[in-house]
Amino acid sequence: MLARSPERRSPGPLARAFSRFLLNRAAVAGVCIATPMLLLILSYPLWWAFRPNDIDLLAMNSGPTATHWFGADGVGRDVFARVLEGGRISLLVAVASTALSAVIGFLFGAISALAGRWTDAVSMRFVDLVMTLPPVIFLLVLASIAGTGIWPTVIVISLLSWPLLARMIRSRLLELRERDFVLAARGMGAGIGHLLFRHGLPNSIDILVVYATLQIANAILLEAGLSFLGLGIAPPAASWGNMLNAARSTAVLEQYPWQWLFPGAALILAVLAINFIGDGLRDAFDPRAELN
Amino acid sequence: MLVALSMLIFLLLRLTPGDPIDAYIDPNLPMSPSDLADLRRSLGLDQPLPVQYLGWLQQALTGNLGYSIKRLDQPVLGLVLSRIGPTVLLMGTALAFAVVAGITFGVIGAVRRNSLADLSLSVVALAGISSPAFLSALIGLYIFSVRLHWMPSGGMLTPGEEFSVSDLLHHLILPAALLSVAQAALIMRYMRASLLEVLNQDYVRTARAKGVREFWVISKHALRNALLPIVTLIGSTIGLAIGGAIFIESVFNWPGMGLLLVDAVQTRDYPVIMGATLVIGTCVIVVNLLTDITYAVVDPRIKVG
Repeated sequence: MLARSPERRSPGPLARAFSRFLLNRAAVAGVCIATPMLLLILSYPLWWAFRPNDIDLLAMNSGPTATHWFGADGVGRDVFARVLEGGRISLLVAVASTALSAVIGFLFGAISALAGRWTDAVSMRFVDLVMTLPPVIFLLVLASIAGTGIWPTVIVISLLSWPLLARMIRSRLLELRERDFVLAARGMGAGIGHLLFRHGLPNSIDILVVYATLQIANAILLEAGLSFLGLGIAPPAASWGNMLNAARSTAVLEQYPWQWLFPGAALILAVLAINFIGDGLRDAFDPRAELN
Repeated sequence: MLVALSMLIFLLLRLTPGDPIDAYIDPNLPMSPSDLADLRRSLGLDQPLPVQYLGWLQQALTGNLGYSIKRLDQPVLGLVLSRIGPTVLLMGTALAFAVVAGITFGVIGAVRRNSLADLSLSVVALAGISSPAFLSALIGLYIFSVRLHWMPSGGMLTPGEEFSVSDLLHHLILPAALLSVAQAALIMRYMRASLLEVLNQDYVRTARAKGVREFWVISKHALRNALLPIVTLIGSTIGLAIGGAIFIESVFNWPGMGLLLVDAVQTRDYPVIMGATLVIGTCVIVVNLLTDITYAVVDPRIKVG
C-alpha cells in the first residue's frame, strides 16, 4: 500500500472536472464567446441610446451607420437594440423552459426508477411515445394549442424536452437504487422524498448540469424556429426567430440583409458557444474521458 | 404504438378551446343555443371522450380523416395525400445528396486524418450541424438565388409553363441540397469515426501485410465494415430531416406536407393538423421498422427476435 501524506491530498472530483474543463480548448472558447454576449445582452439598456421599439423615421431601412451600428428595420427601429432584446427574450425562454423541463424530467425519471415495476413500465412507454414523433412536429401540434407569447412558448418547449432527461435520470437511479447506502436508507425507513432529494439529486447533479447547458442551446433553437414560423414570440416583441421571419419577404432578403444577417449570426454564435460549453462539461464530468 | 400515438394527438386536440361546431358553423347564422346543442348531440359531441375516440378511429381506418375547416369541403385525406409526393421527392433527393456527400467526405477525413482537408471538413460539418435549417435556407436563398440568380427562389414548378422534368429539377436542387446539409454533416462525422475504428482492426493490418493495394484495403476491407453503423444512422436521421423539411418547405414555398402542416397550425385547422401528424408519425414508425430490418439483413450477426 502506498502511504499518502495528508498535506498532499489529490484534488477532489469537482476540482478535477474543473481542470479537465479548462484543458478543453473548444469549451474555453465557448465561455469566451458566451460571457461577453451575456454581458452585452444584460447591460445594453444602460449604455445604448435606442430602445428596441423606438422608431427613428429618418433611419427607415438604413444600413449600418455610426448611430445605428446594425442599421435599422422597415419602420425605423434600431436593429442592434432589437438583436440584444431578442437575446434577452431567447435567454429568458431558454432558461425558463430548461428549468421547467429539468424539474419534470428529473421527477418523472426518478419516480419511474424508484416507484416500482408497474409505474416504471407505464411511464417509460409514455416516454417512448412522446419520443416517436419528430420533435418539430410535436412542437407544432403543441404550439397550435398553446398559441403565441413568451409563456406558451416556454411551456411548449419544456413539454417537448423532458423525456430525454427522464431516461438518463432513470438509468442513473436504477443503478443507484441497488447501492448499499441507498439500501441502508430504505432499511431505516426513508420515504421516497428522502431518497429522491437526499440521494437521487446529489448523485445525478452532473447529468442535470450537462443536460441544462445543452438544453439551453436547444431551446434557443426551438424558440427561434417557432418564432420563425410565426408561432413563438409574436411581434412587436423582438426575438431572433421573428427577426429572421422578416427575411421571408423578398425585399428584406434582397435589399436589407443587415436586418436578418445580424440576428442570424447572433443565433449561431450563441448556440455554438453554449454547445461547446455543454460538450466540455460532459467530457469533464465523465471519468472515462481521462482514458482517452 | 400507432394507436397510442393517435390517442395522444386526439386528446391533445380535444383539449383545445372550442369544438368543431364553433369552428364549422358561421357565428352570424341565426341559431339558438338549443339548436347548437341538438346539433352537438346528433354529431355525438356530447358523448364521453373514449366513445368519441372510437368513432373517430373507426372512420380513420376506413380512410375518412374528416374535412378541413379552412378549405371547406376538402377531405383531409386528399389534402394530405396530394402533399406526400413533393415531400418524398424533396426528402429523397436530399437523402441521396447527404449519403453520397457524407460518405465521400467521411472517407476523405478518415484517410487523410488531421490533414488540412480533414480539419476544414470538420469545421464545415460542425457549422452544418449547428446552424438551424431555416437559417441555412435563408443564407442559401440569399447567395444562390438573390445574388447569383442561379436558382429560382421558391415553388416547385414555374407557374404558367408546361410541366417539364428540367424545370422541376431546377426548382428541386437548391432546397434539397440545403436540406441535406445537416444530415450530410452528421453522416460524415460518424463515417469518419467508424472508418478510423475499422482501420485499426487486425484484418486491415493483415490485408496490408499481404500486399493488398491501399485503395482496395480502404474500399473493400475497411469501408464495407465501416458502413454498418451508418445504416442505422440514416434511419435515425429521418426524424431530423422531417423537422428540417418543414422549415425548408416553408422558406421555399415547396407544396409538401411541411407547408401543409405549418399552414394548418397557423390557421388552427385541427383536422388537418391531426391528419398530417398521423401520416407523418406512421411514416416515422415504418421507417424505424425498415431500418431495424435492413440492419439485420446487412449484418448477419444480428438476429431478429
